[in-house]
Amino acid sequence: MARYGMVIDTAKCVGCMDCVVACKTENNVPEGFNRDWIAYETNGVFPTLTQEIRSERCNQCDNPPCVYCCPSGASHVSEQGGIVLVTQDECVGCKACMAACPYGARFVNPEGYADKCTFCNHRLENGELPACVSVCPTYCMHFGDFDDPESEVSKLLKSRKNHPLIPAAGTEPQIYYLV
Amino acid sequence: MNELVITRMNHLIDPNLHIWGWEVPVYLFFGGLVAGIMIISGYFIVTHKYKAENSALTFLPYLGIILISVGMGSLFLDLEHKLFTWRMYTAFMWKSPMSWGAWILMLVYPILLILSFIKISPMIGALIPGLYKISERINKPNILKALGILSISIGALLGLYTGVLLSAFGARPAWNSAMLWIIFLTSGLSAAAALIHMIAKNKDERELLAKSDNVLLIIEFVLILLYLVGLLTSSQVSNDAAMLLINGKFAAIFWIFVVGIGIIIPLIIQLSAVTHRIKHTSVGPILVLFGGLMLRFIIVAVGQYSHWSSAVLK
Repeated sequence: MARYGMVIDTAKCVGCMDCVVACKTENNVPEGFNRDWIAYETNGVFPTLTQEIRSERCNQCDNPPCVYCCPSGASHVSEQGGIVLVTQDECVGCKACMAACPYGARFVNPEGYADKCTFCNHRLENGELPACVSVCPTYCMHFGDFDDPESEVSKLLKSRKNHPLIPAAGTEPQIYYLV
Repeated sequence: MNELVITRMNHLIDPNLHIWGWEVPVYLFFGGLVAGIMIISGYFIVTHKYKAENSALTFLPYLGIILISVGMGSLFLDLEHKLFTWRMYTAFMWKSPMSWGAWILMLVYPILLILSFIKISPMIGALIPGLYKISERINKPNILKALGILSISIGALLGLYTGVLLSAFGARPAWNSAMLWIIFLTSGLSAAAALIHMIAKNKDERELLAKSDNVLLIIEFVLILLYLVGLLTSSQVSNDAAMLLINGKFAAIFWIFVVGIGIIIPLIIQLSAVTHRIKHTSVGPILVLFGGLMLRFIIVAVGQYSHWSSAVLK
């Protein structure tokens, strides 16, 4: 069994938003909505400030509260890669999954169902990388299988200091940021 | 300093979660109210108080059916994918409180319908004389006792569920407290007692429910304080959530409308009424009902506003 995830190098990310544009184009994301976005986090006291730029999206959590709270079973975890997906014609649009997500990664598609990042699973089925990863000009985004210790993402996690987002929420996110 | 800027501006998500407007608080309020009606009806049946002349049990089941329908109608309006609502009933997702609620609501209707046969209203009996035959069949001690206990049990489940629904969201610190289970159940019971106190024709029932409501209001006040203490003594994000109600963005409306107008003032009025200092009026019960509705509005709003702050991003 594969466990897909991402490793994103914040030392290389410049916040160019190519990933955002690629996602919107590839997935026909409706106008005014985003499945991925850029976060700029600044810490410290002037003049010793540090800034981390991150490309963020659904964290495809291992312990996904959005799946647990879904009353119809529309939100589910795919067998291949453990990706959190939504079956559109099973979603009632109750928005419980949006309340359950600490990352604000979901939104209501104008057609009424819950929408989110799918890691471009339609591309993965054809052996391609997610659109955001494939267009990154600084090669800061890495996609792969965490269950394979020889994969690029597994090796990067072992070799560099990293952090997921809001680990205290207990959702076990599968996107890690190299620092 | 810690400053987080994001390029995302998704509708209903940013800058703060605001997915649930008036529909969900109204649904939670009516759900709690009907839960209270079922518990009180069950109590009247088990204790044989329903046999008294003009007992409220004559109309409570009908009222319950109407009110739960209003609540479910409100919930339906909130759904974004309305044509697929039936999908809720093609699965039972045991980890989802909303799924539990959907199925509990399906039990509420038949139970209220059966309760309505126990004591047929003369007006309805004149319209459908066949109901008297059904009434005769279920008016047997064992059946009545079972129905009373069932009504209390399903009512309690419904009342608790309205709190469980919110408390299960770990991503919303203000909701993430099991105290909401018992607060919403108590508030629902209190609102039902107030409503029946206001409209019941039987004097003994009115007196009993006014006294009960006073006790419930005191319990509700203590539970709200414990809920805040629980959040305050928990993690930083829970502490921040509590402060939103104690002296933050939601403090004024919380203390004035929920605690002041919804609990303290009606408690004073109803205590004066049961000690015969003033006459029983509708003012106290109306304020209790208003306070119950405001409690749901404020808790739903504060939960959506509370979040895991950027200070704990890593």
